[in-house]
Amino acid sequence: MISYSSLSAAAKAETSIEAEVEQPHVGLDLQSALQLLIQSGHELPEQLETGSVGWMQAVIDGLCQLSSRDALTGLSNRRQFELALSREVDRVARAGEPALLLLGDIDHFKRVNDEHGHNAGDMVIRAVAQALQDCIRPMDTVARLGGEEFAVILPNCPPAFGYTVAERIRSKVRKSSVAVAQGVDVHVTISLGGAFAPQWVRSSALLWIERADQQLYQAKAQGRDRTCLEQAAVMQVSAEEKSLLFAVSQFQDIE
Amino acid sequence: MSSASKSSRAEDAKPGAGRARISAITSGKGGVGKTFMSANLAAALARRGERVLVLDADLGMANLDVVLNLFPKVTLHDVFTGKCSLEEALLPAPGGFDVLLAGSGLVEYSRLTAEVRDQLLEVLRTVSPRYDCILLDTGAGISDVVLYTASLADDIIIVATPEPTSLTDAYATIKVLAAQQRRRLIKLVVNQVTRPGEGRVIRGQLQQVVDRYVTPLLQNDVDGAAESVKLELLGEVPLDSNVREAIQKRQLLMEMMPGCPSARAVQLVAEKMG
Repeated sequence: MISYSSLSAAAKAETSIEAEVEQPHVGLDLQSALQLLIQSGHELPEQLETGSVGWMQAVIDGLCQLSSRDALTGLSNRRQFELALSREVDRVARAGEPALLLLGDIDHFKRVNDEHGHNAGDMVIRAVAQALQDCIRPMDTVARLGGEEFAVILPNCPPAFGYTVAERIRSKVRKSSVAVAQGVDVHVTISLGGAFAPQWVRSSALLWIERADQQLYQAKAQGRDRTCLEQAAVMQVSAEEKSLLFAVSQFQDIE
Repeated sequence: MSSASKSSRAEDAKPGAGRARISAITSGKGGVGKTFMSANLAAALARRGERVLVLDADLGMANLDVVLNLFPKVTLHDVFTGKCSLEEALLPAPGGFDVLLAGSGLVEYSRLTAEVRDQLLEVLRTVSPRYDCILLDTGAGISDVVLYTASLADDIIIVATPEPTSLTDAYATIKVLAAQQRRRLIKLVVNQVTRPGEGRVIRGQLQQVVDRYVTPLLQNDVDGAAESVKLELLGEVPLDSNVREAIQKRQLLMEMMPGCPSARAVQLVAEKMG
């Protein structure tokens, strides 16, 4: 990996190459793109020759990465979340696997900002983001939607498992202590609302968010620091229900 | 979705008082004769002297036009996009009723947007005073579009066959409609029965599972008040080779062979609806 300074040197070199040497990238101004990458701490593989196709790809990959991340927490940002959610809607419609969308909102976050300042607020948001990431599987998507709002997409998530994960997140946040200043520890809680994607059905990302949001509203209304999940059982037909449904018909056939 | 559905039914006048009674015909599983039932039931109701409209609410993959052998120049899609007026899209069908066809090009509406919801509601409000009965032929499955169109109806009619897959999906549909839309009466037509009385047995089976598994869900839901969901059998339609023939000829069974057993059964369903 190359350091900041050598990357800036590369950025400068890029402009000079453009001016002097005839090459396929004439007219491209990558200065601000490279500056953004440097500023965000993104590193380009140093074995790639500046201006080569591989190097350009690395720059584009870096920019894509940057445009999909939340700057404060490093989680997926709203854009990436919406993309992942609509992809999940398509997948559920095709594969029929259960999938859960969780929305989380830090309780009384305004108080943290008011009492300890915005810097402390940022630290709390980062700590909650870390707690969320510690509780999920690599295949899950954790996003910061804005402010103190988070979302988790859990593909292939059976109902019982979904509740366990949500409670794990809630308890982890509750237990975390954020040292916002010397001797000042802040504790926060989170309210979670979740809805399962209706299986075997093509729903829409918007409706799915609405349903999860209703549950989050419930969690807040019921006193915060809790998980409310939409009853997934409604959409599913269990083995017990099926056996009762067909018990009579088999009996009738014997008759 | 639920709030929109409640208000849309509640704020309108009761059916009969200057507006049509709206029935959603749905099935859960596809291929059980839902569109066949909608079209022939409409013809049977028209024979009773009722003014009937069938709205093809299967917005994504409409095929009421295929069943009725119609080649619509204008569809609901054109109404939604402002290319034609609602009046131009209301077409007379062979069985003496009107149809409003979605057109198969409505794929973008297979995802329910607020705009489509409003447009559909507006269309229904406009045409409602002109008919006695409106049948909504919903799509297969339990998608948002199906649930939404069902929420606009006064009555739910579920078409099922004795096939286990059809029964399971019919049950899933009943469960969702009872839990999400607080339906307490759901009507049932059992299609393709091979023995007389099979429809009654199937209604009994479904009712038994509903009592055991759906009713407990509702009691938690509504302030602990004891509520139950009742399934009403509108009728059973026997498996009949005439049905296949009519579909293949793209004709209405009620027109082609009104005296055959299945057509008579459909007519009985219509009597029971009225």
